[in-house]
Amino acid sequence: MSVHLILFLAFGAVCVAGAVNLLAQTHPINSALSLIAVMAALAGEYLLLGAEFVAAVQVIVYAGAIMVLFVFTIMLLNAGVEERTKGSRVAVLFGIPGMLLGSILVGWVVLRHSGTEAVVAGALPGDPKIIGQLLFHEFLLPFEITSVLILIAIMGAVVLASKPATSPARKVE
Amino acid sequence: MALPIWLFILASVIKSGILLFVLLTAVAYTVWLERKVVGHMQNRWGPTRVGPFGLLQPAADGIKFLFKEDLTPPHVYKPLFIAAPLIAVVFALTSISVIPFGNDVTIRGYRIPFQITDVNTGLLLILGVTSIGVYGVALAGWSSNNKYSLLGGLRASAQMVSYEISLGLSLVGVLIMAGSFSLRDIVDAQSGYFWGFIPRWNIFSQFIGFFCYLMAAYAETNRIPFDLPEAETELVAGYHTEYSAMKFAMFFMAEYANMITVACLATLLFFGGWHSPFGEQAWLQAHGAPGLLLALLPVFWFAAKIVIFLFLYIWVRGTLPRFRYDQLMAFGWKFLLPLALVNLIATAIAVAW
Repeated sequence: MSVHLILFLAFGAVCVAGAVNLLAQTHPINSALSLIAVMAALAGEYLLLGAEFVAAVQVIVYAGAIMVLFVFTIMLLNAGVEERTKGSRVAVLFGIPGMLLGSILVGWVVLRHSGTEAVVAGALPGDPKIIGQLLFHEFLLPFEITSVLILIAIMGAVVLASKPATSPARKVE
Repeated sequence: MALPIWLFILASVIKSGILLFVLLTAVAYTVWLERKVVGHMQNRWGPTRVGPFGLLQPAADGIKFLFKEDLTPPHVYKPLFIAAPLIAVVFALTSISVIPFGNDVTIRGYRIPFQITDVNTGLLLILGVTSIGVYGVALAGWSSNNKYSLLGGLRASAQMVSYEISLGLSLVGVLIMAGSFSLRDIVDAQSGYFWGFIPRWNIFSQFIGFFCYLMAAYAETNRIPFDLPEAETELVAGYHTEYSAMKFAMFFMAEYANMITVACLATLLFFGGWHSPFGEQAWLQAHGAPGLLLALLPVFWFAAKIVIFLFLYIWVRGTLPRFRYDQLMAFGWKFLLPLALVNLIATAIAVAW
């Protein structure tokens, strides 16, 4: 077994264990922390593929910034331990078979239509220069559309967070 | 010539051990330096009793922290209460691993870099590790189950996330000029001199970037004037109110280790790293100076620059009062972030020209 394979399995195990723990934990902050572990393990997998830049960004943006906001919210709301319910019967009856069927379908389509070779370890261009060229040459339009999308989300957040306008009509009430 | 794998591992372990020892000693003596300098600024002596000039004070402090009773209050959430100081200190110490301290050394034909590891995206790795370090403070505040601690933790995480953006943007100018994320390449891009005597350091062309970096770095390390997370007058001691003995010391180790990392980064990115401001390296080489001197001189310059930065930190602490929290946020978002963006755009235009 090569070092790469051992590391791949190790990171994969951490990833899956974190994801299972995320569901099993009853306290939201523990769930959030296991999600961070999942993100960090994913960054390790990217690193193994040779995508250093993506790995670093994964840690900085997801594990470092977005999850901080998750934890922040949980801390602010001081959310307690979640209530355990038996769950709905519909979910058990249709959800699990549906999910299995869906994942089998997706797996089949992916295996069928991509040339089934696995990505070789270290094969991805990790160089930020190449990523920059791809982003700003070939995928410029999707990139710009995404930025507009994010701008809309920011504006929405500002509108939702700002104090309600004190119109004279409301003051009369 | 690259090292065989077992030698590489051995060299890495030895280098990590040395670096850890040096870093922890440096952390201890930064505390001493701070107490001494702030003391003299306030017309006091600072520590004088243990050893000459109080030089053994850090050792005495360490022993005291180790032997004090480690109190865990009954109302805390224990797993995270214990994990939080560990997270803080581990990530603070990890980020030093990609920082280069000098030129490569060649021993018996093997090239050994003067740092633990030279990765392509070294700068991003440091940013990532420091952004994970926020959890130490945030979780300490939350798991203490204390209003003051929680407020301290919330302030810390909000402040660090906000200033991280300015910090990252202030560095992009340097990255554009060097064309690489590797700290070694960035330092090498600053070697040489303008007109033969002014060192080709980034500080001259990137002084706005340096200003943004310095401000954001103070906020990231929770130092005065941005030490709102542990503001004594408002929050008792902020996120580490409930901590005692070694766990308390760990937060302080993390804070000072972060200060040193930030000083290292400032030196590498803006002040030419281990390059001397005088250019005696070439002269010494031409006149046949011993190899050991040539290897250690860059380390000396690097250390000297870091000490100057640490002194600046302490100086600012002895001079400035604490900001108000809304002022801190307004400064970060309304002034520093636009300034860093303008600097980025200006640099990009200048380089593209």
